[in-house]
Amino acid sequence: MAAKLPPGLQSAPLISDWLTPIGGGRLRVCTGRAELGQGALTALKQMAAEELDVPPDSLEITGPDTGASPDEGFTAGSLSISQGGAAIRSATSALRALVLGEAARRLNAGLSLLAVKQGRIIDGETATDLTLAGLAGEIDLGVPVSDHAGPKPAGARHLNALDRIDLRDRMVGAPFVHDMAPEGLLFGRVFHPPTLDSRLADDTDLDTLASRPGVVTVVRDGGFLGIVAETEAQAAAAARWFEARLSWATPDGPSDPFHELEASDAEVEEIDSAGMLPEAEATADFTVRRPFLSHGAMGPSTALAQWTEEGLTVWSHTQGVYPLRKAIAEVFGEPEERVRVIHANGAGCYGHNGADDAALEAALLARACPGRPVRLSWNRASEFRAAPVGAAMMTRVRIWMDETGRLDGMHVNVTSPPHATRPSTNGAPCLRSGHLLDKPFPFPVPGDLPAARGGGAARNGVPLYGTGAHLTERKLVTGLPWRTSSLRALGAYLNVYGIETALEAAIIERGLDPFEVRLANLEDKRSREVLERLRAMSSDIIGEETEERNWGIAFARYKNTAAWAAVLVEAELGDELRATRVRIACDMGEVVNPDGALNQLEGGAIQSLSWTLKEALTLDGPAIGTAGWGDYPILRFSEIPEVRVEMIDRPEEPPLGCAEAVQGPVAAALGNAVQRMIGVPVLSLPLTRESVIAAVSA
Amino acid sequence: MDGETTCTINGEQRRFSAEEGTSLLLVLREQLGLRSARLGCGEESCGACTVLVDGEPVFSCTLPAEDIEGKTVTTAESLAGPEGDHPLLTAFLEHQAGQCGYCLPGILMRARAYLDSDAPVSREGIAAALDPSLCRCGAHQRMLNAVLDAAEQMGRA
Repeated sequence: MAAKLPPGLQSAPLISDWLTPIGGGRLRVCTGRAELGQGALTALKQMAAEELDVPPDSLEITGPDTGASPDEGFTAGSLSISQGGAAIRSATSALRALVLGEAARRLNAGLSLLAVKQGRIIDGETATDLTLAGLAGEIDLGVPVSDHAGPKPAGARHLNALDRIDLRDRMVGAPFVHDMAPEGLLFGRVFHPPTLDSRLADDTDLDTLASRPGVVTVVRDGGFLGIVAETEAQAAAAARWFEARLSWATPDGPSDPFHELEASDAEVEEIDSAGMLPEAEATADFTVRRPFLSHGAMGPSTALAQWTEEGLTVWSHTQGVYPLRKAIAEVFGEPEERVRVIHANGAGCYGHNGADDAALEAALLARACPGRPVRLSWNRASEFRAAPVGAAMMTRVRIWMDETGRLDGMHVNVTSPPHATRPSTNGAPCLRSGHLLDKPFPFPVPGDLPAARGGGAARNGVPLYGTGAHLTERKLVTGLPWRTSSLRALGAYLNVYGIETALEAAIIERGLDPFEVRLANLEDKRSREVLERLRAMSSDIIGEETEERNWGIAFARYKNTAAWAAVLVEAELGDELRATRVRIACDMGEVVNPDGALNQLEGGAIQSLSWTLKEALTLDGPAIGTAGWGDYPILRFSEIPEVRVEMIDRPEEPPLGCAEAVQGPVAAALGNAVQRMIGVPVLSLPLTRESVIAAVSA
Repeated sequence: MDGETTCTINGEQRRFSAEEGTSLLLVLREQLGLRSARLGCGEESCGACTVLVDGEPVFSCTLPAEDIEGKTVTTAESLAGPEGDHPLLTAFLEHQAGQCGYCLPGILMRARAYLDSDAPVSREGIAAALDPSLCRCGAHQRMLNAVLDAAEQMGRA
C-alpha cells in the first residue's frame, strides 16, 4: 500500500477519478498534468500501459479539465513524472488489483496465479475469456485508490517507451487552441497598457473603433480595452487601425532594475547556514547578474471563451486549470462551479507566460457576446511586453578555497524580485487585466516559493559542495513596476551560474583541475558519478584547448533534491562567442521515456545557451521596451552546437524529472569556458561580445 | 473590395475571395481550413507561417493573398498526402524532432524547399536554409539530423 499519497490523489482519491472504461476494450486515463510540448501525456500514457499490462493503443489519455480531470495544481517544476506519474501508477495499480480480485472470484481461481498480459487476464500460463478493460466496465470503480494501490517494483515493469503520441498532429494537423473554430466563432483583440499604471488618453475615439468594418463590440472596463469582430481579418484590420491612433499616458518610474535591487531596503533573510564563514579575504568574491528574460513562446498567448446559461467555459494553454478557474470565478463573482477551464494545446511556454491573462481577457470579451465563442490571440508585442517576465536578479558569491582545492566556506547572497506570481497565489487572482478593471483585483505583494518547493529566488543557492561553513541569504524585492514570474529553473539559473563561476575563478587562482576540485569537495556518490561520467564522455575535447577554443564545466543538482547534471561546454571566441560542443551527464533516477528525456535535456541546454549568449529584454522606463523578435534575438539553427547527452539510468530509484536540470549548469559551463580563455569571469549576462570585452577591460 | 483569386494549393485548384490585403495565412487558416501554417509573430520574424509559393518559402503572414493568383502553394498538410508520407515527415517522426511543434510546419516547408533545390546537401546548408525559422524548445539538432536523413532517403545526400 502506498504510504505517502502523490498530491493528485488527495483531491482525486477514487480509481474512477483517474480511469474510465469507454467500451470497445478501451480505457480512458485522466491526468491533471498538462501537455506543454514536453511529452508529459506520452510518458504518462506509457506508465499507465506498463502498470496495467495493456497495449498502449487500448488507452486514451486526456489532460486537465476542471469538468473532468483530477486537480493536480500547476504543471510545473519538472514534477509531471515524479508526482503525476506516481499518481497514475497508484491509480492504475489499484485498478489492476481490483480487476484481478474480481477475476479470481468469477473464475474461482487463486489470486496469486492471475495476471494481466496484453490486456487479457491469464491464469498461470492460460489465457481466460476475461479482459482488464471488460471487467473494469463491470465493477464499481468508485473506491479509494489508496485501498488497493501497489505499483509494481522497478524490475517487474516491461518498459515499452512510446514515441510522442501527438507529434504527427503538431506537424501536419491543427492541434492548438489557436486552431479551434467552433460554430459561431468571433475574434478578439485586446490593447494592453504598457504598464499597470498607464492610462488611456481622454480623447481616445472608441466610437469610431466600434464602427470599423466587422467590429461587433468594443469592451472597456477600467484599463481593460478590447474588441470583438466577425472575422480574424476584420479583428486584425480594426486593431491595426486603432493601434496607429492609440496613446497611453504612462507615469515615470524606475528604469534600472539592478539599481532598484541594490537600493532596496528589503530584509536580507537567512535561507540556510552552517558554521562560521572564514574571516580571511575570500579567494573569489563577485556579483553576477542576469537581465529580464522573455518566455518567448512561438505561438501568441491565446484562449477561447464562451458564456452560456450554464456559465463560462474557457479553453486555455494554462499550466493550471484549477487555479485559473478559481481566479476567473473570483473576478466575475461567479461560483467556481459555473466556470469550467479546459486545457488546450499552446506553444511551449517554459513557465508562467501570458496564457492565463489571455484566458481572463477572452472571458471578458465573450461576456459581451453571450452565447458566442470568442477566440483571443495576443500580438507579438504583447507577448514580450504584457506577459510576466523572468526576473532580472543578482547573486553575490564569496568562496574560500585553500591551496589544495578544499573549500573552507561559501557565502551566497541572492537579490531578486519574485519568481512566483501565478494565478490564485498570494491570495489574489493575479491576472493582468483583473488588476486593470474598474472594480480591480490588484496584484498582491507576492512572497517567494517556500524552500519545501525548491525555493524561488534562492533556488540552488545552497551549495551542494562540502564547504566547511556556508551562508545563503536572500533579499526579495517587491513593488518594482516590472511583473516577474516563473521562467524555467527560476533562481537556479543564475545561482548556479554564480556559484560555479566563483568556484572556477578560485580553481584558476589556485592552478588546479576543475574536475578534481569539484570531486574532492563532493561526498555524495551520485554527484561524483555524473562528474566522472562527464569527464569520460568528454575525452575528445579535454586536452584540445587552443587560445581561441576552450571548455568549461559545471555541476548542480536541481533544487538540491531532483536530477543531478554535470555539463561541459566547449566555446570558441572569435568575432563572436560561439558554443561548439556540449556534453551532459544526467542522473534523474528512473528514466521513464529515454528519448523523451533526451529531448528535454537537449532542449533545455539549447534554450539555456540562447538565454546565456543572447537574450535580454530592453526597458523603456517602467515598461518593457522589446516589441518583437528583431529586438530579442534567440539562437538559430546555424548557431546550434553538437549536444551529446548520457543518462545514468537507475530503474530502482524514483524518477526525478529533467526539464530544468541543465539550464544553470549549461550557462555556468559556457561562462567557465570563456573564463578559462580570458582569465576573468564574465559577471553580466548575456555573454555578448560587449560583456566579454567589459570583463576583460575591468 | 473583395477580389477572386484562383491558385493551386497542395495540388488542387482552389478559388477564394478575400478583402484586398488580407494575408495568405489568414485565408489558408480561416477560409480554406488549412491550419498547419501558424501565426507566430505576424511580422516575418519567426517563420511559423512559412509555406511554399511556386516552390519558394515565403512568410504567409504578410503576403497579400491576391498575390498568389495563378501560383502554386504548398503547405505542410501536403507531407501527409494520400500517396503516403513524405520522407521529411517520416524522418521527423523517426527522430522525434520537435517538442511543442508550433514551429514545425514552417520548418518542414523550408526543409522541403531546400531538398527540392539543386543545392548540394550539407549540415551547414540545411542550417542556413532553416535559419529564418525559430524554434524555442531547442529541438534544432534533431531537426537537422532528420533533414539529413530525409535527404538520404530522397537520394539527395
